[in-house]
Amino acid sequence: MHHIVLERWSRGASALHRLDPRAKIVPLLALLAALATARHALPEFSAAVFAMLCAALVAARIPLFAALARAALVLPFAVVFAAVCWLSGDPARGLALALKSYLSALAVLTVVATTPLPVLLRGLELLRVPLFLLTVAQFLYRYLFVISEEAQHMRKAAAARGTPARPLESAGARFRAAAGALAVLFARSYGRAQDVHRAMLARGFTGRLHPLFDLRFRPADAAFAALASLAPVAARLAIERIR
Amino acid sequence: MKRPVIEARDLRFRYADGAPALNGVNFRLDEGECVALLGPNGSGKTTFVLHLNGLLEGQGSIEVCGLSVERRNLPAIRRKIGLVFQDSESQLFMPTVLEDAAFGPINRGMSRPEALERAMAALKTVGMEGSAARAPYHLSAGEQKKVAIAGILATDPEILALDEPTTFLDPPGQRALAELLGALPQAKIVVTHNIPFALALCRRAVFFEGGVIVADGPVDEVVSRFGWEFATAAARPRR
Repeated sequence: MHHIVLERWSRGASALHRLDPRAKIVPLLALLAALATARHALPEFSAAVFAMLCAALVAARIPLFAALARAALVLPFAVVFAAVCWLSGDPARGLALALKSYLSALAVLTVVATTPLPVLLRGLELLRVPLFLLTVAQFLYRYLFVISEEAQHMRKAAAARGTPARPLESAGARFRAAAGALAVLFARSYGRAQDVHRAMLARGFTGRLHPLFDLRFRPADAAFAALASLAPVAARLAIERIR
Repeated sequence: MKRPVIEARDLRFRYADGAPALNGVNFRLDEGECVALLGPNGSGKTTFVLHLNGLLEGQGSIEVCGLSVERRNLPAIRRKIGLVFQDSESQLFMPTVLEDAAFGPINRGMSRPEALERAMAALKTVGMEGSAARAPYHLSAGEQKKVAIAGILATDPEILALDEPTTFLDPPGQRALAELLGALPQAKIVVTHNIPFALALCRRAVFFEGGVIVADGPVDEVVSRFGWEFATAAARPRR
């Protein structure tokens, strides 16, 4: 499970882990904006961003190749659109799309892998991200594992009951079984959501999750946020000027 | 004479699909008392428990610690009755064990330091203080159950209602849970199919059938009247 690995990484003790989440979220937004709007010298700028992110991952003592591989999970989606651009005669746009998608995912992963989720969500809350979205994200993260485990159990149960002998029948039966399993999974998730809501009401929930801890934005956080926000912008300007 | 902490009179309830679940339940629980709710699946035990703090609303009347279960009293009633759900996975919804145990106290308006202190004390009571920083889904079923109980104890309720508390627990875990609950002073309602557990924890049992209570008495008498002793079920003539 990717999110369990990410959670383990996020509980590290490096200097990057110890930073206030806002000191990482703001530079992340700056980097994403710089990346999204880059048009000239994109390969060089991408290489610079890649180097910065790799340096951050190494400094945070996150396994580099494992992190690079996990960020590549976005590529199947990005590559489809990149291929469409390529086939329509615009290979540069296709390459840009793939590069930007991968580097954006790697940047987000770097922040998520160095910030425990409750701390990250608290940071986002203090940055005025709507509480409703954060609550949904928190519950999605909490129950992703439970729901995927249920799906695995259903898959095993289906496999234990065998598959039809003829290949064509087998494909049809598998499709029907998968569709049925998906429906059951949805119904169970809905039932679980009701149970969770009841459990929350039973313990006095009135519509707002109250944070248990405060964050302290220290001068060191401010300095890091400023430097890390400026770095990708400065790198882009410098590379574009040299070109 | 002990004061009643729960009094239900002629409680009736139908689910949205029209299926009747409770057909006139009369029940009383005194302070400090522990009662096992026995009966077949679908007989109304869990539905009854969900009425006690207003999670389901039926016809008839319920009083909890002298307060009528109605919308305006629900915040006060939910402070008095702690409900431990059958599936701990659904009850432990916060990112860490400590945050989950502190969820109830903080919703009751306690300051953060006070809520954290309460949560740690409750985790200590169930022997889970060492897992405060862990995520609930990394815990075993037995550990999850203990944390779920800690989350309720942290709110300092007068009544504990436990729905199938031994589900997923191995025998040593069940024994430890019975010892833990037995040492708590609160009045308790325990919905269970686990007869040895009911015998270890409660003196009194009520038996649900078809949405009504059909027997009320000492656990061993109720169990024997309905032929619910697991070990002798094969040898016993059917009722």
